[in-house]
Amino acid sequence: MHEHRDDTASKIGMWLFIFTEILLFGGLFIVYAVYRYRNPVAFHLAGEELNVIIGAINTVVLLVSSATIAMAITAMQQGKRRLSVRLLWVTILLAAVFMVNKYFEWGAKFEHGLYPGSDFLYSLSQGDVLFFGLYFAMTGLHALHIIVGAVFILFVIAYIRKGKVHETRWQLLENAGLYWHLVDLIWIFLFPLFYLIH
Amino acid sequence: MPENTHGHPEPSYLEYQGKHKGLKAWIFSTDHKRIGLLYLYTILTFFGIGLLIGLLMKLELIAPGQTIMGPDTYNRFFTLHGVIMIFVVVIPGLPAVFGNFVMPIQIGAPDVAFPRLNLLSWWIYILGILLVLSSLLTGGGAPDTGWTFYAPYSFETGTNMLPAVLGAFTLGFSSILTGLNFIVTIHRMRAPGMSWFKMPLFPWALYGTGWIQLLATPVVGITLLMIVAERTLGIGFFDPDLGGDPILYQHLFWIYSHPAVYIMILPAMGAISEILPAFARKTIFGYRAIVISTLMIAFVGYFVWGHHMFTSGMSGTALYTFSLLTFIVAIPSAIKVFNWISTLHKASINVQTPFYWAISFIFVFMVGGLTGLILGSLATDVHVHDTAFVVGHFHYIVFGGTGFAFLGAMHYWFPKIYGRMYNARRANLGWLIFFIGFNALYSPMFYLGVAGMARRYYDYLPEFHSGNIISSIGAYVMATGLVIIVVNLILGARRGEKAEANPWGGKTLEWSVPSPPPLENFEKIPVVTREPYDYSA
Ligand SMILES: [Cu+2]
Repeated sequence: MHEHRDDTASKIGMWLFIFTEILLFGGLFIVYAVYRYRNPVAFHLAGEELNVIIGAINTVVLLVSSATIAMAITAMQQGKRRLSVRLLWVTILLAAVFMVNKYFEWGAKFEHGLYPGSDFLYSLSQGDVLFFGLYFAMTGLHALHIIVGAVFILFVIAYIRKGKVHETRWQLLENAGLYWHLVDLIWIFLFPLFYLIH
Repeated sequence: MPENTHGHPEPSYLEYQGKHKGLKAWIFSTDHKRIGLLYLYTILTFFGIGLLIGLLMKLELIAPGQTIMGPDTYNRFFTLHGVIMIFVVVIPGLPAVFGNFVMPIQIGAPDVAFPRLNLLSWWIYILGILLVLSSLLTGGGAPDTGWTFYAPYSFETGTNMLPAVLGAFTLGFSSILTGLNFIVTIHRMRAPGMSWFKMPLFPWALYGTGWIQLLATPVVGITLLMIVAERTLGIGFFDPDLGGDPILYQHLFWIYSHPAVYIMILPAMGAISEILPAFARKTIFGYRAIVISTLMIAFVGYFVWGHHMFTSGMSGTALYTFSLLTFIVAIPSAIKVFNWISTLHKASINVQTPFYWAISFIFVFMVGGLTGLILGSLATDVHVHDTAFVVGHFHYIVFGGTGFAFLGAMHYWFPKIYGRMYNARRANLGWLIFFIGFNALYSPMFYLGVAGMARRYYDYLPEFHSGNIISSIGAYVMATGLVIIVVNLILGARRGEKAEANPWGGKTLEWSVPSPPPLENFEKIPVVTREPYDYSA
């Protein structure tokens, strides 16, 4: 069988998949909107429990990582393969920094008993229960996407090593970039919704 | 027979020898035709299981009181029947089987855009089925919530919800990937000269369906995950005790599950739009109107979900809006019906088995559609809500619509798929018995519902006995018809007469390749110059 290659097709495919991801999170955003509307005071107060500084650092980390992967794509297109791989490793490193921050952030919440299923959380108002339930569900699902995105990038690095991705064939790399921007984009919405709106 | 450059006829996709042999040559094949058949056999198997459960339920309902099973078993049965039939059979249904087999050939392509992803979709589909089935064998046994998994019962019941819900999620993921694959295929792989408005109507229907699969399925996916989080982590998304709102679950569920009805019915309409011109032997009436109505259905279908919740509690404005939109979404369906009927006008019709299925499709689809308007009207819905009427309507649309179109498509493309012919007389007999049984099974439900028989109970009041007897007998008549049909098709596939490339005189591209088609469909990608249903020459 002949190898059929169509870069535009795989790019369209990636965009369509991104649409489905946005709608997946869309369901959670709807739920968030409804419950925020019904429990404005509790959501306001619960939001103040979150650490804005860590949230802001993570936002910067993700934005920079989006930039590095975009640079990796351009580098590859210009034939600078080693630079491209280095930039991809920087992106993965930033993803790891994000996850470490997340770990400490979640850990602090667990210490204070602010997690779904804890007796302390159930002793608070319903709005608090919902806020922290949504907080863990949405940032958790997002963190899962960070991991998936990082694995995706690792695969691309392996493909570059094998010579399957190179300066005239970089669609897979661009798709990884698109996916990574999506992960970034979702965080750009999560950050203000949980940390900033008071 | 096409000959390759060495002068040997090319082997068909059925005979082709790849690097694998036997079963492996099928379950690891990335050929869209083989994948289509993998879906066909899986779907038929589970259709048989779902049907068996349905027949047992009808046996239970043949007389008031407990006949063969108690309420608990009955609850589990209708849940399993629904989950299997909806998520495993009807939603993949026509797109996964005929979309895979026929669509690439119809648009003049050697395969779909992402053949390996296509195979992966089938494997994910199998994984989803296994998850659903594992709920039977482990923990608290089969779920008993109904296929809608309504909160709060879905996180309170002691039955085994998690595997069922995760299974439905996985099946949805498979459906998304199939839709994605088809959209890209249709965008990128149409043969030269095949502009959008020269594309046959079945690919058009799959295109609209693909978008619904892509944009609606994730919403139910996340909703099902919320049920999982609710059960395992105690996050109170839909639990009133924790501040959650069960009505919100219903909204999210139906935001997907109403459009899902169009995932089921649009490809069915597409198949009917292929069959009718082939047997009317003239071009389809109002090609563009059918295309536009397909897209309209796909679009408006997103905004009518509230009609499943008229009695759940919504503002008056929301009720009126959803009701109005429900009426509006009926218009493009009616446009299609008019187009099909007009296609038959003054045609010299070649009356064959697929044609019987197509016209009976129009009949059952109209019964289902018109009774849908009774449910879409606010006042009448309150009366028949949650009665047997809903069951009747639903099965006329989903089983009548998709089932008749599926069997019609099966009889239409059968010679192409297997390169053999079935016995036409037996096929017609099977159709007749099936059609009579089908109507006997579901039409009494309209009467029973209006008279007040509630759905989803293993028991009913004695005054509903006569209607239920007719319905139960109808179920077994229909099953008899189905056995005749299936046996006839199996015999045909094994030792039917050899079929020609174009036994019906169809004009779309799949009839221009040999039956069964060679591995890469076309020896040379065709150049399209004519309209898809050009019978003038
Ligand atoms: Cu609906």
